[in-house]
Amino acid sequence: MKFGRREFINSLLGIGGIGGLASIFYPVAQFLIPPENNEPHVSSLKVGAVSDFPINSSKIIRFGRIPIILIRQDQDTFKALAATCTHLDCIVQYSKERKQIICACHNGVYDLSGKNVSGPPPKPLDVYTVSIIDDQVLITEEKGMA
Amino acid sequence: MKLTSIYIRILVGLIGIGIMSPRILMAEEELNTCVSCHVENDLMPQDYIMEDVHQHSGLSCAGCHGGDPTAEDMDESMSPDKGYIGIPAYKDTPAFCGKCHSKIEFMRVYQPRIPTDQEDQYHTSMHGKKLLAGDQGVAQCSSCHTSHAILPAKDTRSSVHPYNIPATCDRCHGDSELMAARGRKTDQFSDYAKSVHGTALLEKGDTGAPACNDCHGNHGAAPPGAESVSHICGSCHLNNIEFFKTSKMGQSFESADYHSCEQCHGNHAIMKPSDEFLNVHESSLCLECHSDGDEGYLVAESMYTDIKDTDSLYQAAQLHLLDIQIKGMNDVDIAYLLKESKQNLIQLRTMVHTFDADQVAEKAVEGKGLSSQAIELAGDEIHEFNRRRVGFGIATLAFVLLALAVYFKIRQIDSQESNPSNEL
Amino acid sequence: MSEGIKQKAFAWLDERFDLQPLVNMMDHKKVPIHSHTIWYYMGGVTLFLFMVQVFTGILLLLYYRPGEESAYESMQFILTDVKFGWLFRNVHAWSANLMIFFAFTHMFSVIFTRAFLKPRELTWVSGFLMLLLAMFFGFSGYLLPWNELAYFATKVGTDIVGAVPLIGEKLKIIIRGGEDVTGATLSRFFGIHVAVLPALTTILLGFHLLMVSRQGISEPREFSKLPAEKKHYMPFFPHFVMRDGLLWLIINIIVLSLAVFYPWDLGLKADALASAPMGIKPEWYFMFMFQTLKEIPPHIWFMEGETVGILVFGVAALLWMALPFAKFRGKTIVESKWINILALISLTYMVVLTIIGYL
Repeated sequence: MKFGRREFINSLLGIGGIGGLASIFYPVAQFLIPPENNEPHVSSLKVGAVSDFPINSSKIIRFGRIPIILIRQDQDTFKALAATCTHLDCIVQYSKERKQIICACHNGVYDLSGKNVSGPPPKPLDVYTVSIIDDQVLITEEKGMA
Repeated sequence: MKLTSIYIRILVGLIGIGIMSPRILMAEEELNTCVSCHVENDLMPQDYIMEDVHQHSGLSCAGCHGGDPTAEDMDESMSPDKGYIGIPAYKDTPAFCGKCHSKIEFMRVYQPRIPTDQEDQYHTSMHGKKLLAGDQGVAQCSSCHTSHAILPAKDTRSSVHPYNIPATCDRCHGDSELMAARGRKTDQFSDYAKSVHGTALLEKGDTGAPACNDCHGNHGAAPPGAESVSHICGSCHLNNIEFFKTSKMGQSFESADYHSCEQCHGNHAIMKPSDEFLNVHESSLCLECHSDGDEGYLVAESMYTDIKDTDSLYQAAQLHLLDIQIKGMNDVDIAYLLKESKQNLIQLRTMVHTFDADQVAEKAVEGKGLSSQAIELAGDEIHEFNRRRVGFGIATLAFVLLALAVYFKIRQIDSQESNPSNEL
Repeated sequence: MSEGIKQKAFAWLDERFDLQPLVNMMDHKKVPIHSHTIWYYMGGVTLFLFMVQVFTGILLLLYYRPGEESAYESMQFILTDVKFGWLFRNVHAWSANLMIFFAFTHMFSVIFTRAFLKPRELTWVSGFLMLLLAMFFGFSGYLLPWNELAYFATKVGTDIVGAVPLIGEKLKIIIRGGEDVTGATLSRFFGIHVAVLPALTTILLGFHLLMVSRQGISEPREFSKLPAEKKHYMPFFPHFVMRDGLLWLIINIIVLSLAVFYPWDLGLKADALASAPMGIKPEWYFMFMFQTLKEIPPHIWFMEGETVGILVFGVAALLWMALPFAKFRGKTIVESKWINILALISLTYMVVLTIIGYL
């Protein structure tokens, strides 16, 4: 078969057509695959094994856009609270000696349930639910939280 | 007809309630001749409000002033024989209130947790001491709490709620006549109102910010001595005082008997601290003691540069973040880094109180690192934003090929026609 | 071989659906060739862009979540986390604008070539209604990302509705789903954008296309007056279709380029308490109306200027829609030069006010 003008145009049509279709369907297919964190808004987060967190210690953990303070009180009590002080914008810290949460900026004190105990903070810290599933620590947003 | 008369009766009744409302409030007592007589003769105390805490707890006039509220006859109801006290003498007011407020047995009936040491505390205060010495112009209980419009301190309407305390104190402390006689200034309120604490409390409603009593005490009010200033400021500004005390500067302050915090920050007019405090090239507080080239001068210079650099890098990173957000690129990591960077700046500015240029420099490196990391990430995002063009190039190539093919096909079809047309 | 299969498949279908007449019709359909043939493509391009809108719209629907607390966040998610989300969003936004542009072009070309006259009156009416729907599409879709600009533009836009005489205030509240632009407005606009408008457009579009294929393609007066041997036609299939396809491909490349090189900003999240950003402007296709309302004096006679403006635009739209039925000085419109002048004035007015609006 002779490869003439007509055949050239037909194969160009074929190549272009396939290429065109591919450049539509590739993005579409990619678009359809749900992204790894398949929610626009982080609502739960695995933060590691229970043994990663020593007793009577704390760790600041990033939960989506906000920092959270995860505290391990004893063998099986974990607490997770929003780490931004409700007074101004500072990040709170856990005091091992006092077993309280303090904000060094203006000496705000919270208890381990997040309640503002003394100092300037006007409101308690938001509470997150911590569950331990298969020895893994999981932080979840409480229902109704924005 | 009947209906109308009922309405009229109701109306009359309502008007009656309106006029006699104080009496209605005391419905428990059969009769209170104090109120009925004082209302009739328009002699109720000027500051009287119905929400008054004593009135609400069922304490009537006679509860404080004595006398017999059941007696119809004035001479009888206001007779000293019936325990009538009337208006207590100015100097006797603390004892007058203390009759009840200093007795826990009495007070706990109403409020089991109420403190009963106010009177004792008062006598340790400057006010209390002067009152005892015969000064008839110093504050006693009613000067702050009012006489007949007393409300709990938690109530925002109260004269002693944090929002209102500065104005309450200013009633006397802003009175030039009163203060001049005692050799005091009157600028505390105006200073305070423009200070960082004053604006936070009075303008932003931040009850975490100190009012007068948070530094001077309430019932035991006295100016804090040089010694206690650092403790008082340090009760909120934990790290600042901790850094300062252990610093070389703190030790020299102590031996020179300087007023730690107050020396640089002032007292009532404490302004939001500015990085410029350290700017030895312009006008710096440091220059009051230090001079060009000495050790303190160099430390300030170095701290100032570190903070300024860290801050401007942070500000630059913020601009990058805004750009990324508006472009709709991924800002989560950048925003978080900048949150950390902001924390670092706060810490950095607190660390100035170590007066240790090395420590500050170390912290500044950390902060600059965070901000540069954020800027770098922003750059990556912009790069990604532009990288989309590569994929676009490939797709466009395919579409252009296809378009060319279609174009040739059209030409081909047209040329086959007996009546070709090149119109498109 | 493959020809055999094709024929068999056609025979199978033809037996059941009687396709032959359709094929015959397609075969006989022809497109006049003259100096204004280019305008015949405008409707097709609009159709293509509408299909792009449906396609990308459905894709966006997979991730978009209406709601005050989720709309902006889901847009952010589409733009950052979903692969090629940015592409479909930008194509959707650009294609929408181009669609309205080509719909306008189509409309004016139909006016200038007199294609809207008898027997195509209803085709014109359905087309004009679709243009209005397209503008509503644009207006409702603009709010969906729930960003600052969209929020305030919607506020201003719905405020204008409030100036409609008698029912304005009520209408505004119905449109907004409350006194103010809130999450309730967003829900409403979302429903309108993805359900109500597509349904209405589909019905009108079906009718419009049916009419076009029933009545064939209109010939301009000058062309139909020509003697038969001077009239040139090209077959609709494949000649015209191929050209259509070529143009669609070119438009496709243009849309892609715009989406890649001029992506739309996401902006900052809407905040009802924030002060309105400077220079709130409606989308360009509303600009001439917006600018008119701005230029009108605050009081005309006994009415508010804005109300007068809205009334005038309402009446103008109705008259415009009724154009095919109109007669000028007893003459049919075909004879009249007035229609060209009227259309030219309208077009100039729209262009000039749009330009003023952007200055």
